[in-house]
Amino acid sequence: MSWLSLLILIPFATALAVVATPDSKWYLRRWVALFGTGVVLALSLVMSVSYMQVVQQRGGDASVLTISQMEFEQSIPWFKSMGIEYHVGVDGIAMAMIVLTAIIIFTGVLASWEVKERSREFYAFLLVLVTGVFGVFISVDLFLFFLFYEVAVLPMYLLIGVWGTGRKEYSAMKLTLMLMVGSALVLVGMLALYHAAGSQTFDLNKLAMVDYSRDLQQWVFPCVFVGFGVLGALFPFHTWSPDGHASAPTAVSMLHAGVLMKLGGYGVLRVAVYLMPEGAKQWALFFLVLTTINIVYGAYAAIRQTDLKYFTAYSSVSHCGFVLFGLCSLNLMGFKGAVIQMFSHGIMTGLFFGLIGMVYGRSKTRDLTQMGGLSKRIPWLATSFYIAGLASLGLPGLSGFVAESTVFLGGFFGNRWVDATTMRICTLLATSSIVVTAVYVLRGLSRVFQGPMTKPEFSQMQDATIPEKLCTGILVATLAIVGMYPPVLIDLIEHAILPIANRF
Amino acid sequence: MTGFLFENAWMIPALPLISILLIGLFATGSNARVAGIIGSVAIGTAFLLTCGLGLSYLSSAEAGASAVTWSIEWLRYQDHLVVSLGTLIDPISLLLLFVVTSVSLLVHVYSIGYMAGDEGYSRYFVFLSLFTFSMLGLVLAPNLLQMYVFWELVGVSSFLLIGFYYTLPEAIAASKKAFIVTRFADLFFLAGILVLGFFVHQWIVDSEWGGVTATALQSATATQALDFATINSEPVLANLKAQPGVFGLDLLTVAMLLVFIGAAGKSAMFPLHVWLPDAMAGPTPVSALIHAATMVVAGVYLVARLFPGFAASGDALHVVAAVGCFTCLFAALIACTQRDIKRVLAFSTLSQIGYMMLALGVASAEHPAGLGAAMFHLFTHAFFKALLFLGAGSVIHAVHSNDVADMGGLRKKMPLTHATFLIATIAIAGVPPLAGFFSKDEILGAALDGEHHLIFGVGLFVAALTAFYMFRVYILTFLGAHKSDGAAKAHESPPIMTIPLVVLGVMSVCGGWIAVSQFVLPGVELHAHLLVMGLSVAAAVVGIGAAFWLYGGQTNRAQSMADSMGGIYRLVQNKFYIDEVYLLVTKMIFRFIAAPAAWFDRHVVDAAMNLSAAVVRWFGARLNVLQTGQVQTYGIWMINGTIVILLFLWLVQR
Repeated sequence: MSWLSLLILIPFATALAVVATPDSKWYLRRWVALFGTGVVLALSLVMSVSYMQVVQQRGGDASVLTISQMEFEQSIPWFKSMGIEYHVGVDGIAMAMIVLTAIIIFTGVLASWEVKERSREFYAFLLVLVTGVFGVFISVDLFLFFLFYEVAVLPMYLLIGVWGTGRKEYSAMKLTLMLMVGSALVLVGMLALYHAAGSQTFDLNKLAMVDYSRDLQQWVFPCVFVGFGVLGALFPFHTWSPDGHASAPTAVSMLHAGVLMKLGGYGVLRVAVYLMPEGAKQWALFFLVLTTINIVYGAYAAIRQTDLKYFTAYSSVSHCGFVLFGLCSLNLMGFKGAVIQMFSHGIMTGLFFGLIGMVYGRSKTRDLTQMGGLSKRIPWLATSFYIAGLASLGLPGLSGFVAESTVFLGGFFGNRWVDATTMRICTLLATSSIVVTAVYVLRGLSRVFQGPMTKPEFSQMQDATIPEKLCTGILVATLAIVGMYPPVLIDLIEHAILPIANRF
Repeated sequence: MTGFLFENAWMIPALPLISILLIGLFATGSNARVAGIIGSVAIGTAFLLTCGLGLSYLSSAEAGASAVTWSIEWLRYQDHLVVSLGTLIDPISLLLLFVVTSVSLLVHVYSIGYMAGDEGYSRYFVFLSLFTFSMLGLVLAPNLLQMYVFWELVGVSSFLLIGFYYTLPEAIAASKKAFIVTRFADLFFLAGILVLGFFVHQWIVDSEWGGVTATALQSATATQALDFATINSEPVLANLKAQPGVFGLDLLTVAMLLVFIGAAGKSAMFPLHVWLPDAMAGPTPVSALIHAATMVVAGVYLVARLFPGFAASGDALHVVAAVGCFTCLFAALIACTQRDIKRVLAFSTLSQIGYMMLALGVASAEHPAGLGAAMFHLFTHAFFKALLFLGAGSVIHAVHSNDVADMGGLRKKMPLTHATFLIATIAIAGVPPLAGFFSKDEILGAALDGEHHLIFGVGLFVAALTAFYMFRVYILTFLGAHKSDGAAKAHESPPIMTIPLVVLGVMSVCGGWIAVSQFVLPGVELHAHLLVMGLSVAAAVVGIGAAFWLYGGQTNRAQSMADSMGGIYRLVQNKFYIDEVYLLVTKMIFRFIAAPAAWFDRHVVDAAMNLSAAVVRWFGARLNVLQTGQVQTYGIWMINGTIVILLFLWLVQR
């Protein structure tokens, strides 16, 4: 059995173990969850190191490949008549996403250390959700991919609807319905490709070898792009995100913004761009304009937000725009930047939502206008918040800069299928968002943490507890490591991006 | 260029970085006092290393030699676009290294006294070390992207230090303003990097230089598009010059102007100067280090680094000259009317940096004397301006006010502060044989040699204004009678604060005797202009005389003169209302872009989604009628359906 299957078995087994804990011992569940996710985190790190070794040993020249090289492969026939297989394997892109997911779920458990209400179901759903996410990243068979994708999306409804705050039923319903419409589009697209390839296989790499007709790609590409794009907060299908995040409990926001929104970008890259280069070339301009709107519009909308979660959600809309924008550049740097941004934004937004939960737990409000002067009482949380903010405004030395500068260069370099001037204007518009981001980040942070203390009860606040320090510490360290020494991430993903870039 | 110090020049920026870690680990709680010592020792060691590096450069390397002595691969974008972190050693980087480490060391030592007892003591030294690290990384950068990386980092350290007193609303506002205004300028810098990155890369690929490259993953050693060595090379510049850009300008000019906007933001050139006067809300030693001696001259340094590009473009250099010239006059005028001692110094800094930019602007590829003069002035200015700020800090520390109207008569109370402040004032006024005279003289000489008569005239006028406003501040602060209780009770600062003042005083006297221009531009001949010397001394004398005539006695001459100028005086005193214009524009952006975007999202985009959901629900409710639960009804529908399908199949078959 492949090591990869452990990535879905361990979280699932942990979920079962959580369910089996006795009623009276609620605190046992968090330790079980922490242990399970800790093992997964360790495993993912070990696997990415050994992945690097395997790639190095294989050697060869990746600059001529046009088919993704999967490692740690395993394939078991499942529905033979339809050619569906349990086929798993990873390349560098998937590996990076797996590490991201493992970090977010581990820190997510730490951030929900104090969840007592129905904690059994809470942790169980959380772990099932993450099982689905891991499943998506290890799938090579598109049917399997889709199956896990649905497993990941569904528990979200319950997690928000039950443990959420505010208009939680409305938000949960909205989020689920919009994502389901997206899934439907993806499914249509995938079935079309399956049929066009002769109804023999769902294997991604086998599908990639088929030469789909231009006409087919012309209508399937936008279906799949929009379908996954809904999850990646593509304008104008992003509106589930502010409401959903605002209502979701801390760990769910972290997982959702940190990992699930990345499934959108990942799907676009793996399925739409990789399988349908001709479609991508035809639609690049259209989606480039949409994603430019995403970036700029999300940033301006964030300026006006007064709720910390809405604020971060709109900032995510803007930052996720960079992922899709990079993918529309259709060149090596664009793809690379998009993947780095997925990782970087995942960690950064996980940190943001984790911190918002921690601050909210203390201040009992998320309204920016009500807060002030908190850094005196909670210096650890304030410092972490500032680091997250600086990462989001693209400060060099933190991972955001690595991602954004690569995306900008990718956009500016452009491609042969979109007019160079249009490409550059879009890129410069997208680049201008770094100023707007600086405005809203600094305004927001200075409201909350600086100035005189606005409420007398704030002076009773306690700084971060040990689980909170561990949670924020891990995320801050990840941002800094990737930001200060980008080769750790670039070496991992570059080999996997070349085959996709070579198709253009 | 080989040798231990050259190959390990990375240690110089690494030392303040280590100091951050050590302060974070050890200077907590009751041990906060050690923060100042750790910071000072680290930067002191960096200073010694810099001196060692400079000496071995002077003794071993060829004059004017330039080399990247150490580098590691950092960010691999793609072939020929691999960015390394490295150390570029050449005369101007050595010059800046010396300025940064020496002033930073003195400011660290001074701050031990100045910040004593502050509750953010160790946080202060962490930020100061962070700044020094970033500035050193910027100075040593061998490529444009490393420059940008550290450029942003100095920006953020400046932001943190301006907002150091984080409960004061004006400090918070000033820190945000500084960051956002410079960020806005950096956007253009980044755009310049994109332009240069793309077109230089394209040139490498098209030219034979591309043949050097290996495969996609092994190209770290090949020519890189963003290296200064590549950008400044003649074929690249010629190629860029030959391509059309936008608005009828050639590509090289476009790229250089974009980069220059970034430089103008950091160096607070008009109209991006608005953040610097407000930045005085930070602790005074910070103003001395960051907002006078080092960070704000980064723009001058950037232009000097890309000088071959600016010179080849020509037009870009004219813009540099015009902006520098205007800022230098504009800021000097405002400085004459301000009452806050730090604001006078801030406007004076703007004016002096304008002077440096002006000097760069009058240089050309054939007559680069202005480049040497700019670097020379950067060097001398760093010392006397840092001294003025630290002296002002010493005064503020004693009087507890920034307003010159609260000072007066401090000459006897604070003898050392007074003496050193006077030296710096004479130095900046351009009186021989102090430092400012020589560098200013060289700039004016370069302007005259380049036949820029208007610029020369403005420069001369500003020299007189500088002497005037500096002596105005000096007279109001140190001479006459006490104007407040604070001034009456003032006493000299402790030795830990006055020793740095004395050291800077020595540098302000002797700094001009060092042949900086010959070091920067070996082989370029400089000839003394007796005419220029005479005129600049005369300007200084006129300025000083005017200051004593207006402010020296007990008369009301100054007030009545201000009154007689009326509206014009108020216009200048209110800094030409440029802040107000910015405020208006910001409000417009908030009101007409941000607010509508947020509204549109909730009330149009989201409403459309909700509407589609409502439509689906409406249809769902209608279709509900069909689900009656009666098997008979279902049966009828089933039969009907079967008939329809059969009919359809029959039609298709036919």
